[in-house]
Amino acid sequence: MEKIVIIGNGISGVTCARHIRKNSNKEILIISGETEYFFSRTALMYVFMGHMRFEDIKPYEDWFWKKNKIDLMFDFVEAIDTDTNTLTLKSGQTVNYDKLVLAVGSKPNKFGWKGQDLKGVTGLYAYQDLQEIERYADNTNNAVIVGGGLIGVEFAEMMLSRGISVTFLVRESKFWGNVLPEEDAKLIANHIKSHHVNLKFNTELDEIIDDGQGKVKGVKTNTGEIIDCEIVGLTAGVSPNITFIKSSKIEVDRGVKVNRYFETNIKGVYAIGDCAQLDENINGRRSIEQVWYTGRIMGETLAQTICGNPLKYNPGPWFNSAKFFDIEYQTYGWVSANPNPNEKRFYWKHSDSLKAMHFVWDKHTDEFIGVNTFGIRLRHELFDKWLKEKASISTVMSNLNIANFDPELFKHYEVDIIQQFNHKTGKNIVLSHKKWWQKLIQF
Amino acid sequence: MINYSIVGPKAQKLNVIQKIGLIISGLGVSIILLTWAGMTVTQKSLWLTVTILSLIIGIIIYTYGTYKHKSAGVKNDGVFFRSLTNRGVMGWIVAVVLTVFYVFLYWYPEHLGLGTNGQPNTGLVGLFDPLSLLLKGQVASQWFVYGTIYTILILSLGIKFLVKYRHNRYHFIRTLVVICSQLILAYLLPEILEGFSNPDHYFAKDLKYFWPLNYYFFDNWHLENMTEHGGALGMFYFIWGMFMFLVLTPLLTYWVGKRWYCSWVCGCGGLAETAGDSFRHLSNKKLWVWKLERWIIHIIMVLVFIMTIATLYGYFTEKSTFLGLDIYTVFKQPYGFLIGAMFSGVVGVGFYPILGNRVWCRFGCPLAGYMGIIQRFKSRFRITTNGGQCISCGNCSTYCEQGIDVRAYAQKGKNVVRASCVGCGVCATVCPRGVLKLENGPEENRFGSDDVIVLGNDGFKVKE
Repeated sequence: MEKIVIIGNGISGVTCARHIRKNSNKEILIISGETEYFFSRTALMYVFMGHMRFEDIKPYEDWFWKKNKIDLMFDFVEAIDTDTNTLTLKSGQTVNYDKLVLAVGSKPNKFGWKGQDLKGVTGLYAYQDLQEIERYADNTNNAVIVGGGLIGVEFAEMMLSRGISVTFLVRESKFWGNVLPEEDAKLIANHIKSHHVNLKFNTELDEIIDDGQGKVKGVKTNTGEIIDCEIVGLTAGVSPNITFIKSSKIEVDRGVKVNRYFETNIKGVYAIGDCAQLDENINGRRSIEQVWYTGRIMGETLAQTICGNPLKYNPGPWFNSAKFFDIEYQTYGWVSANPNPNEKRFYWKHSDSLKAMHFVWDKHTDEFIGVNTFGIRLRHELFDKWLKEKASISTVMSNLNIANFDPELFKHYEVDIIQQFNHKTGKNIVLSHKKWWQKLIQF
Repeated sequence: MINYSIVGPKAQKLNVIQKIGLIISGLGVSIILLTWAGMTVTQKSLWLTVTILSLIIGIIIYTYGTYKHKSAGVKNDGVFFRSLTNRGVMGWIVAVVLTVFYVFLYWYPEHLGLGTNGQPNTGLVGLFDPLSLLLKGQVASQWFVYGTIYTILILSLGIKFLVKYRHNRYHFIRTLVVICSQLILAYLLPEILEGFSNPDHYFAKDLKYFWPLNYYFFDNWHLENMTEHGGALGMFYFIWGMFMFLVLTPLLTYWVGKRWYCSWVCGCGGLAETAGDSFRHLSNKKLWVWKLERWIIHIIMVLVFIMTIATLYGYFTEKSTFLGLDIYTVFKQPYGFLIGAMFSGVVGVGFYPILGNRVWCRFGCPLAGYMGIIQRFKSRFRITTNGGQCISCGNCSTYCEQGIDVRAYAQKGKNVVRASCVGCGVCATVCPRGVLKLENGPEENRFGSDDVIVLGNDGFKVKE
């Protein structure tokens, strides 16, 4: 029986293992040095905030793995020998494989700052990061967060939940500037400030100051300002966790280089998830995509290939989501930070500054390109359909009430949105009166 | 730096307003405990007013102190750090006190101050005499005391719930309905009607309390009190009760799911949703508990059917035995004791801080079992999963009071169609990615996609 060894028990590795099991009787072994069992990385913040216990963020009960004959090993892989198909583990043990899947994830970026390895300086990625934060949180009054993105906001929310005040250093002049358009970035920045976060734009970390005992006591910014703090959160992105792979014959660049079948340069060795670097551009996606959903799709796809149904990676229209304190964010299709020349855009914001929508379409063909939505939920299924069908902006706007996914009895804003849209674009959209399910049946 | 504090910074720090609220409501709680212990007050009206007002006002002030500085949104910080809400000392104390209270209520009401053999009420029951006299012209019983405290808790902690979930209109409207149902339909209206009825011929006057939750509906005495001694009102309640069970319940459950009852109007559900909200995450989500749940709730449902058949057999044939077994001692008495009192009262509410707020609704309630079967097999209700947006975080499962592993469905992109879902809507509220939506729609496609692959992967479609 063929033995598949998967390094990493995150969403991509575990999804891959589950789907191999669904489709075959192959021997499956998952090796992880992070935790014994799979947990939801995106939920670590909720454990710190007391919303859940660690056991609550494990999507499967512990008996699941044995029942499905997925072997687990709690150890670090230190070396990969692709000539003999052998892994050497930290414990000294060796493991053989027939096929190897690298799903080793990322690690938080550190840009060579002085003091970046001090105690109390941490990212928010691994279970061990949470332990590090927990170790120092009780004696922390101030935290400094470096890097303006999703994880930074989560870090800030965690700190505030324990009464720790937060200074948030953002290198750019706006929040999450490489992803969010100006208006959206402003909305989120204002919301973050309303939660009493000291948000500093155009400010970079210069160095992290040692308290003399190897622990952080403050930071110095590029403007020369010194900020006292007991925790520093490094949330300026993540990079593939490939250090231990570099000594093997597997080809790496920024990540492990793979084609659309997730094949590396070595036969029988694959890479998926955060650590994989694709050799071609797919529908404008980045070559390394460190997103939960991407990892899941890659795991599903690779399992097919491994089970004898070779399949190209073919992700559907882009989607993503996040939550910034009280504001939920969803995106479908592409809404780039800076408008492309062929695009037209429409931005709607509610007067409470907690709800907004940003639409993008092609100004020549009217083809719908993407939407950012804040504080109002939208139906993934419909937007996926529209994006695949290359539906027009008129189709999207006139069915906006059907696409709404807010809970029942919530106030609806479509009438106002359409009014402003018509006013601004000179179009004459009328809201559809069909029920959502009537639309779904029209597939 | 060494932290010398005993409780640690994770413990809840109370602000001044919260403390004032606790002191004021503590006054009401103290009067209840002291009179329970046997203290008899002389100026009953005054002290009863103080008790009721201090409970309501104290809780409202505490609520204000808790949420005034906080933005509208999900408020679950520290839930698993606090003693009361994470099975700590506070949780256990509350559980023990509540359990003991229920034991006294059901089996030793004289120790709550109920006057027996023509003696006047003393203690706790005596304290509530003035209100009972005002509403129905009779002195209080232990059930009047219970009903009043129950209603006060739903009202005041319902207000707390309204403030906590003020960003969510579904919860706001639902909770207003729950509060009004309890205050008017379950409390004021029945108590006032009681005053116009013959006290020797009691029958249940809560319009939404019907068989099989009201397991004594078909008892000889209850049928007779409605149909023979109750006059037009009694006949109305008899017909209404039959109509509710046979017509309205299946119809509404088909149309919107069992939530129309369980989380919108039911008294047990009302207490669970308001006073029990702080304990909803304590329900067990393990697979074996779900298996156990299905056995227990359906066995109890069968038992109530058997018990009722035996009772009706006795009623129509005027025999005291059914299949050679004594109807009272073999059927009615054990059901009333084990299910009606022990399960729904002592365990159902007493164990809130240990097993969560819906133990009775999940494992015991025969009406929930009946509606659950309709909801599972013939209903327009479902919780829709929003394509592939789930991140498996587990908030939905954790805060499901019915112990449904919502995440198991959401991460597969499947809709949640479960017999036990009471439609409280909290899973959809705590979801950080907007993945869940309670809704009614056509039955076809109710379970959602059959695809193995969640939405977002265009590589292939495989059917399971």
